[in-house]
Amino acid sequence: MGSIYRTLSGGALRDIALACLAVWFIGLSYGAIAVASGFPLWFPAAQSVLVLAGASEFLFIGIVAAGGNPLAAAAAGLLVNARHLPYGLALPDMTGPGRPWRRLLGSHVMNDESVVFALAQEDLPRKRAAYWTCGLGVLLCWPAGAVLGALIGSVIGNTSAFGLDAMFPAVILALIVPALRDRVMVRAAVTGAVIALAATPFLPAGLPELLALLAVLTTIRRRPTP
Amino acid sequence: MKDPALVVAGLLTLSAGTFAFRFCGPVLRQRIAFPPWAGKLLEAAAVVLLAALVATTGLTKGHGFAGFARPAGVLIGGILAWRKAPFLVVVLAAAVTTAVLRLLGVP
Repeated sequence: MGSIYRTLSGGALRDIALACLAVWFIGLSYGAIAVASGFPLWFPAAQSVLVLAGASEFLFIGIVAAGGNPLAAAAAGLLVNARHLPYGLALPDMTGPGRPWRRLLGSHVMNDESVVFALAQEDLPRKRAAYWTCGLGVLLCWPAGAVLGALIGSVIGNTSAFGLDAMFPAVILALIVPALRDRVMVRAAVTGAVIALAATPFLPAGLPELLALLAVLTTIRRRPTP
Repeated sequence: MKDPALVVAGLLTLSAGTFAFRFCGPVLRQRIAFPPWAGKLLEAAAVVLLAALVATTGLTKGHGFAGFARPAGVLIGGILAWRKAPFLVVVLAAAVTTAVLRLLGVP
């Protein structure tokens, strides 16, 4: 940990800590919503550790609570989580040489936040430090929030009255704002958002986000040939 | 839960599949040499996916519109993030805005 603190700037560490705190808060809402939807306490606890991907967990809970088949809910969650494949292709090696458990754990802590913080750093040691710090932080904070949320879930009856559903998109938006450095990225992001919204009424949950990948084509045209 | 065994099967399917996605990306990257422009393209792909996720989770519920309160909260959060407000301020402002609007009767 000492080397991580030396590698990362104070600003980056503070941002990662705040991101993990936000994840903890969203975990609270997730646990509360899961229990309010009729799941036993162990379910959000187990799912938060094993899946460790918030959007797909909300989606799974929502589909099953609405009467959907759990395997169909898993398929929808997998569609949402398919974005982790291009994440792995986009990032340089985050685990480095080491024992197999390191690679396994390094894969498991790949999430929206750890990827964004890694991409924001300039060189490989800083990217690795940001990735592991944020990834392990989320691995602790997300389940901790989910368990506490599930415990107090019976107290908070109506979670939407507290605006908890606005937290997840706000978190992701705050995370991608720094990546929207230039017009090309902004155009691609907006195009992707429009495609996903246009497709939402017609496609099953999870597919609109994947269809939005077509927006990447807008970045190719503008780039000079390598 | 109506059928605990089936729900657990769904949980394990989602867990294993998600781990496979996370594990395969770095492995494929090691096997195949990617030119720099491909890396840029994949970074753009990640941003596009997240932007689409913001749009769908911020504006829609099921296959329809989520109402005005949630998008308004996300918008306030987005403006604060753009103005470089602290992360927690962004997230709490989004939740508070949405909660206050709902309190005032906005759907």
